[in-house]
Amino acid sequence: MSAKKTERLLNLVICLLATRRYLSVQQIRAAVPGYESDSEESFRRMFERDKDELRELGVPLETGTDARAHDDEPGYRIARSSYELPEVVLEPDEAAALGLAARLWQSAPLAGATGSALLKLQAAGISVSPVGGALEPRVAASEPAFDACYRAVRDRKPVTFPYRAAGANIPSWRRVEPWGVVSWHGRWYLVGHDEDRGAGRVFRLSRVSGDVVTWDAPAPVVVPPGLNLRAMVASMTGELLLSTAVVRVREGSCWALRAEATGTRPGASDGPDAGWDELDLGYSDPERLADRVAGFGADAVVLSPPDAREAVLVRLEASL
Amino acid sequence: MSPPKARRREVADLPRLLALVPYLLARPGVSFAEVSSVFGVSETRLRKDLELLWVCGLPGHGPGDLIDIEFEGPTITLLEPAGVTRPLRLTSDEALALVVALRALAETPGLTERDALDRVLVKIEEVAGAAAEAAERVEVAVEGEERVLPVVEQALAAGRRLHLRYHVPGRDETTERDVDPIRVVLVGGRPYLEAWCRRAEGLRTFRLDRVVALELLDLPAEVPPGLPRRDLSAGLFQASLDHERVELRLGPQAQWVADHYPCEQIHEDWDGMMRVVLRTPSTDWVVRLVLRLGGAVQVLSPVELSEQVRAQARSALQGYVQG
Repeated sequence: MSAKKTERLLNLVICLLATRRYLSVQQIRAAVPGYESDSEESFRRMFERDKDELRELGVPLETGTDARAHDDEPGYRIARSSYELPEVVLEPDEAAALGLAARLWQSAPLAGATGSALLKLQAAGISVSPVGGALEPRVAASEPAFDACYRAVRDRKPVTFPYRAAGANIPSWRRVEPWGVVSWHGRWYLVGHDEDRGAGRVFRLSRVSGDVVTWDAPAPVVVPPGLNLRAMVASMTGELLLSTAVVRVREGSCWALRAEATGTRPGASDGPDAGWDELDLGYSDPERLADRVAGFGADAVVLSPPDAREAVLVRLEASL
Repeated sequence: MSPPKARRREVADLPRLLALVPYLLARPGVSFAEVSSVFGVSETRLRKDLELLWVCGLPGHGPGDLIDIEFEGPTITLLEPAGVTRPLRLTSDEALALVVALRALAETPGLTERDALDRVLVKIEEVAGAAAEAAERVEVAVEGEERVLPVVEQALAAGRRLHLRYHVPGRDETTERDVDPIRVVLVGGRPYLEAWCRRAEGLRTFRLDRVVALELLDLPAEVPPGLPRRDLSAGLFQASLDHERVELRLGPQAQWVADHYPCEQIHEDWDGMMRVVLRTPSTDWVVRLVLRLGGAVQVLSPVELSEQVRAQARSALQGYVQG
């Protein structure tokens, strides 16, 4: 069964590629083996499904009528120029770079799309070495919501999904016109216009707590020109460091804080400050500064500002 | 009725055959082994593909109209392509997958391949045309490492040993060690070095932004032969049953912990609290996490760990009383 259908579709592609004129449905039926079924009606149904499958694969079926044709029913053809992959030549280092990039995607649908894209390029005569160097880029999209969000972004269609915001117990429904999807620090985010809040928002895909429903809107979603997706995600997940806190850290400890410090002053060699250093740390939100410092326990003490000091105290007391 | 799975395969066969014809046309006398490895099919499947192609062709289907292939021996030669001389254009998924991947790597600071990646990107964008339009809306940010990554790539290319000064955040210390580099893996948007650590006599993974300093040594790298190749696609952290079992209770403010760390079990309680079980070789970081989230996380087990958290909190509070 399966081979028969593949054979029929392949013959159909070959037939429509070979013709310059539009072929009527009846001409196609006579020319392509496999359409000799019992009734006109079942042939029509079969042909409709075949057209859909070819279009899904990206085969550019053209519809039209020739001036000379006697009947009004449209005919079909495939224009060679829009079917064929244009000429492309890669230098050896470029082919290696393509092989490297082709290893990036770890999960469907983009891993599969990479595989079929490479087949087409190799069919165009390019040699892509399957084994790259000692560098392995890997991007997974394991969030269940990725597939639907990706497709909505690609097709510019609005979506609705239940979303559990940070700190919220119960998910709420969001209606979003998607602008893009971004992988940032290994996590996927959907960026788009939140219709209920009337503003651009960033959603972490791992917090989408149910099915993503895609809508057929009358017009495709309009992405604001000049939008910087990455900056939107960065500004939501990161913070601007506007103020400076002073934190006392024990010698030989708190390496993560030392790496972020804008200034480091060693403590006195004797007296109460011996064995401690003072660090200047950029921050904007005292609560987030407290998050960074509290984990170091007795090895780090916030000296200023007082609100960050208080925020650390609250955390430590709650851990007792 | 065929099951849905068999239906999907039908669609996949056609694009493979449409690529196979021009592929063979460009490579007369190519071996069965090579074609089946490139196309990811068995040699039996490939033979079936060729037998199917052989009966397809131009309308009329006379001897001169059919696709003609010689494949009696170990090699394949395509004599007549019946007009299928070029592969089909890239679909938007295919164009996007390549363009977004190339862009992500081409923008990664410190990668020595950036120049070649840039050039391929231009060519692929040109070939893809309008199909690459949606690639503007999908982005992968990869953090580079301009200081460390080029030296590591140099060591890998030359097969040389590296000396690392490395910061271990879990234990809050920096360590000195010689390592023999094996590969660089970009996971979660960050570069990591996998290497044979001569100090630990074992396979170790180093996050490049935690390398405090490094030196390319004038010694050859000696990676023990026959090391198992770890599959890192599921993430760098691989939990093991030998590791300590830690059970935490997460309040709403701390539920990101369940997203962030690989949990063995996740259970949502009726009151909106979450209970998670994870396995870890070292519990130092758990203590830091609990202190940092003060109250939003509670250690349920082991008991010694919750004692440790309380002891650390008490001693940390001393610092504020005196200061």
